[in-house]
Amino acid sequence: MSLIAAVDQHLPVIIVLAPLLGALLVALIRVEIASWPIAVIAALVSAMAAFRLVFGVETLGVVSYRLGGFAPDLGIEYRVDAVNALVLLLVTGISLATLVYARRSVADEIDSGRVPWFYAMMLVAMSGLLGMAITGDAFNAFVFLEISSLSTYTLIALGRDRRALVAAYQYLIVGTIGATFYVIGVGLLYLSTGTLNLALIIERLPDVTSPRALIAAEAFILVGIALKLALFPLHAWLPNAYGYAPSAATVLIASTATKVAVYLMARFLFGVFGIHVELGPVSVTGVLIVLSLGAMFVASAAAVFQRDVKRLLAFSSVAQIGYITLGLALANPAGLTGAFLHIVNHALMKGAAFMAIGAVLLRCGSSRLDDLAGIGRTMPATSVALTIAGLGLIGVPGTSGFVSKWYLVLGAFDDGKGWLAFLIVASSVIAVLYVGRILEVVWFREPSKTALAAREAPLGMLLPTLLLAGLTILFGIDAEFPARLAGAAASALLGGRP
Amino acid sequence: MTVLSMSAMMSGPSLLGLALIIPAVVAVLVMLLGRRPDLREAASLVGALLLFIAICALLVDVLAGARPALPLVRIAPGLELILRVEPLGMLFAIVAATLWIANSVYSIGYMRGNQEPRQTMFFAAFAVAIAATMGVALAGNLVTLFLFYELLSLSTYPLVTHKQSPAAMRAGRIYLLTLIGASMILLLPAIIWTAFVAGTTNFQIGGILAGRIGPLAMAVLLGLFVFGAAKAAVMPLHRWLPAAMVAPTPVSALLHAVAVVKAGVFTILKVTIYIFGLDTLQATGASQWLVYVAGFTIIAASLVAMTADDLKRRLAYSTIGQLSYIVMAAALATPAAAIGAAIHIAAHAVSKITLFFAAGSVYTAEHVDKVSQMDGIGRRMPWTMAAFAIGALSMIGLPPTAGFLGKWFMLSGAGSAHDWFAVAVIIVSTVLNAAYLLPIVTRAFLKPAGGPVAEAPLAMVVALTATAVGTILLFLFPEVPYRLASALVSR
Repeated sequence: MSLIAAVDQHLPVIIVLAPLLGALLVALIRVEIASWPIAVIAALVSAMAAFRLVFGVETLGVVSYRLGGFAPDLGIEYRVDAVNALVLLLVTGISLATLVYARRSVADEIDSGRVPWFYAMMLVAMSGLLGMAITGDAFNAFVFLEISSLSTYTLIALGRDRRALVAAYQYLIVGTIGATFYVIGVGLLYLSTGTLNLALIIERLPDVTSPRALIAAEAFILVGIALKLALFPLHAWLPNAYGYAPSAATVLIASTATKVAVYLMARFLFGVFGIHVELGPVSVTGVLIVLSLGAMFVASAAAVFQRDVKRLLAFSSVAQIGYITLGLALANPAGLTGAFLHIVNHALMKGAAFMAIGAVLLRCGSSRLDDLAGIGRTMPATSVALTIAGLGLIGVPGTSGFVSKWYLVLGAFDDGKGWLAFLIVASSVIAVLYVGRILEVVWFREPSKTALAAREAPLGMLLPTLLLAGLTILFGIDAEFPARLAGAAASALLGGRP
Repeated sequence: MTVLSMSAMMSGPSLLGLALIIPAVVAVLVMLLGRRPDLREAASLVGALLLFIAICALLVDVLAGARPALPLVRIAPGLELILRVEPLGMLFAIVAATLWIANSVYSIGYMRGNQEPRQTMFFAAFAVAIAATMGVALAGNLVTLFLFYELLSLSTYPLVTHKQSPAAMRAGRIYLLTLIGASMILLLPAIIWTAFVAGTTNFQIGGILAGRIGPLAMAVLLGLFVFGAAKAAVMPLHRWLPAAMVAPTPVSALLHAVAVVKAGVFTILKVTIYIFGLDTLQATGASQWLVYVAGFTIIAASLVAMTADDLKRRLAYSTIGQLSYIVMAAALATPAAAIGAAIHIAAHAVSKITLFFAAGSVYTAEHVDKVSQMDGIGRRMPWTMAAFAIGALSMIGLPPTAGFLGKWFMLSGAGSAHDWFAVAVIIVSTVLNAAYLLPIVTRAFLKPAGGPVAEAPLAMVVALTATAVGTILLFLFPEVPYRLASALVSR
C-alpha cells in the first residue's frame, strides 16, 4: 500500500524517466532481440504512469512535482493540469502503439546492427516529447525540445533511402534555428522576470517595465516553436523528414512531435503572453489565422500532386496542423476545444495512415501511389484502416475528423467569422481530392504485380493500425470522452489569462 | 405471411433500425456470396422484399399517427445521430423500398444480359446505397441526414464508375467532386450555421428558425441548403447528372428515380418544411428567389432535353427539369404546393424509373441508345415501348398517370400563392415535356418495324411492366401518398 502511495507521488517523473532509462538499457545491452521488449515495457510503464496520474491520482486538477524537492523559483517543476494531461495521454498511448507496431517494420527497414540504436532513439524521442509536455519550466522545455529533436534527426537519418540523410540534415538545420530562437526568447523572459518557471513568469509579468523585451521574447519563442510544429510557411523540412524516415519513426513523429509543439505554443500564447496581446502593429491572432489558412490551402493543394503516399500524407499533416493552429487563433471555447480535439484526432488518424503505409512498404517494398494499385484486394484490412484514416482527414461524418471540424466551425461562427467557417470546410474539399486519389488507386484500380504478390500485414502491425483506425471511428461516433478532455483543456487555457 | 405478422408486431423504433440494417446485411451477404451468383442475387431480392415489408409496417404506424424515433448515438453535446420518421420521410422511404424490388429484378436481367463485369461489387454497392437512402429518409436531424447523404455519394461512386473506362472515371470524378464538394462547402456550413442559430438541428413541424434570423440571412441560408444539396441538380450544379449517364442503366435508374436526385430534392423539401417552416418562408419571402432559379432550371433543362439525341441524356435533362418542380414548389411554400411536391416525389420516381428501364431494355436488346435510331422500335419491342409511353405521359402530366396528380397540386399551389411566374413555368414546361418525349413514342410506333419482335430479357420486361402499371395505379389509388403529403401540412 505504501509502495503504491510512494509510486503515486513520483508519477510525473516516472512518465519521463521510464523511456529515458529504457533507452539507456537498450543502448547498453545492445542485443537485437532484447531491444524491442525493453522498449515496449518502458513505453508501457510510462503510459501506465500517465493514465494513473490523469485518472487515478487527481481528477484533472493541477499536480505539481518538484524535482529534487527544490522550490520552483530555483528548481524545476513538473506541472500537470487539464491541458497537458491530454497531451501526456496521447503521447504515451501513441508511442506505445507505435512501438508494438515497430517490431516487424524495423526488422525489415533498419540494418540489423542498428536496430538497438533505433529503439533507443525512439525511446529518447518519446522521453523528450513527454518532458516538453510535462515540464513547468521554460528552460527545461528547451532541454527536452533538444533531446527530442536530436533523437528525431537520428531516427530520420536511419531511413534506408539515401535522401533520408539530406532530409535529416535539413531538419537539423531548421530545428536548430528553431531551438535557438526559442532559447533566445526564454533568455529575454528570464532577463525581464528573473525566473524560468512558467507559473512564476506569469505572476511577475505585470511588473515588467519594458514591453519591448516581452514583445521580442514572444516573437522569438513563437517563431521558434512554429518551426518545430511546421507552421506554414516554415514547413519545408517536414515532407522530406516524414517521407524518408523509417515507417515506425514517421508514425511516432507525425502523430506526436508536432502535437507537443502545438501544445507548447498554446501554453505560451494563452498561459504566458495572452492571446490578444498585439505585437506592435500586428495582432498574433491575425497572423496565426492567415498562416493557418495558408497551411490548410497551400499544403493541401501540394498534397494533391504528390506521387509518394508518405509525402502526400506529410503535406496533409502540414494542412491539418493548420486546423489546429486556427483553433488556437479563434481563442474561444468551441475553437480551442476543436483544436485540442484535432490534436488527438489527427494523431490517431495520421498514425493509422502512416502505419498502414508502413505495412504496405513491408509487403510491396514501395510507397509510391502507383504501386498501391489494387492493394485493397490483397491487403484488405490494412486498406480499410487507410480508408478510415483518409475519410477522417476529409472530415466525413462518422469519423473523428468531422467532430473536430464541427467544433472549429462553431468556434468560427462564435467569433462572428462566418467566412472563416466556409474556408474551413472549403479546404476539406481539397482533402477529398488527395484522399480520393489514394482510395481510387487502392480500391478501384486493377492490381499491379507487386500488389498481387502482397499478403496481408503481419498481426503485430495490423492490430495497432486497426486500433488507431477504430478509435478514429469511435471518436467520430461517440466523442464524449475526448470532447470532455479537450473541453477541460480549453477552459483551463482560457481561464488562465484573458 | 408470418414475416408480415412478425414485423407488424415489431415496435416503430426497431423498424427504423431494421430499415437500415436489412440493406446493410444484404451488402455483406452479397460480398460473401460473390462466387455463387444465384445465391447472391437471391440475397438482394429477399433483402428488398424484407425491407419493403418492414417499411410497410412502419407505414401502418405512421398513418395511424405514430412518429417513432430511434436515437443512435450522442457524438458530443449538441451533436447526435437520431432516426425519426415523419410523413415526408415515410413517403420517400416507401418509394425507395418499393423501387428497390423492381430495380433488383431489372438489374439482374440487365447485368446478366449485358455480361457486365464486377457484378458482386455492383450489387453490394447498390445495397449500401439503399441503406444510405433509408438513412436520409428517416434522419431525425440535419446531422444524421448529412451523414447518410455523404454515405450515399460515396457508395454510388463505384456504381457510376462501374465500366472503369476513361469516360466513366472522368464522370465519377465530376460526380464525386460536385456532390461532396458542394455538400462540404455549402451544406455543412448551412447545417452548422443552423445549429449555431437555433441551438438544434432537429426537424420540427413549423421549423426551428422563425424569429431567430433575419429575412436576408434566411435567404442566404436557404441558398446554402439548396446548392449544398447538389444532388437536387438545380442549375448551375446540374452537370454531374448528365455526366453520370455513362453508368449502366440500372444505376441511372437508381440515381434518377430511387435515391440520389430524390435525396437532393427530399433534403430541400424537408429543410423548407421542418427547418425553415412554410409559414416563416411565406411571411419573410426568403424563398422567392428560389422560385425563379428553379423555374429557370425547369425551362432550360427542358430546352436542352429537346436537343439531345442520346436517349439517356434526354432523360437526364428531363430529370433535372422535373425535380426542379419540387424545388420550386418548396420555394412557393404554400400547403398545396408542398402536397404536390411530396406526391411528385413518388410520381416522378415510378415514371422515371419506367423510362430508364425502357431505355436500358432497348440498349440490351438492340444496343440502340440514340433517339434517331429508334424508328419502329415500338413494333419490335411492344412491351418496352408501351411502358415507355406510359412513363412519358406521366412526365407530361396527363391522366391517367401519376404525374398528373403532383402537377395538379403544384399548379393550384402556385395559383393560390398568386405566383403567375410559377404558373407560367409549369404550363410552358408541360408543353416542352410533350415536345421532347412524344416524338420518341410516335417514332417508335408509327415508323415501320423493320424487323421481327424481339424483347429484352424477361426479368427486365417484368420489371418495367410492373413500374408502368404502378404509374397508372398510383393515379387511380393515390391514397397513401396523399394522406402522407397532407399530414405534412395539417396541424
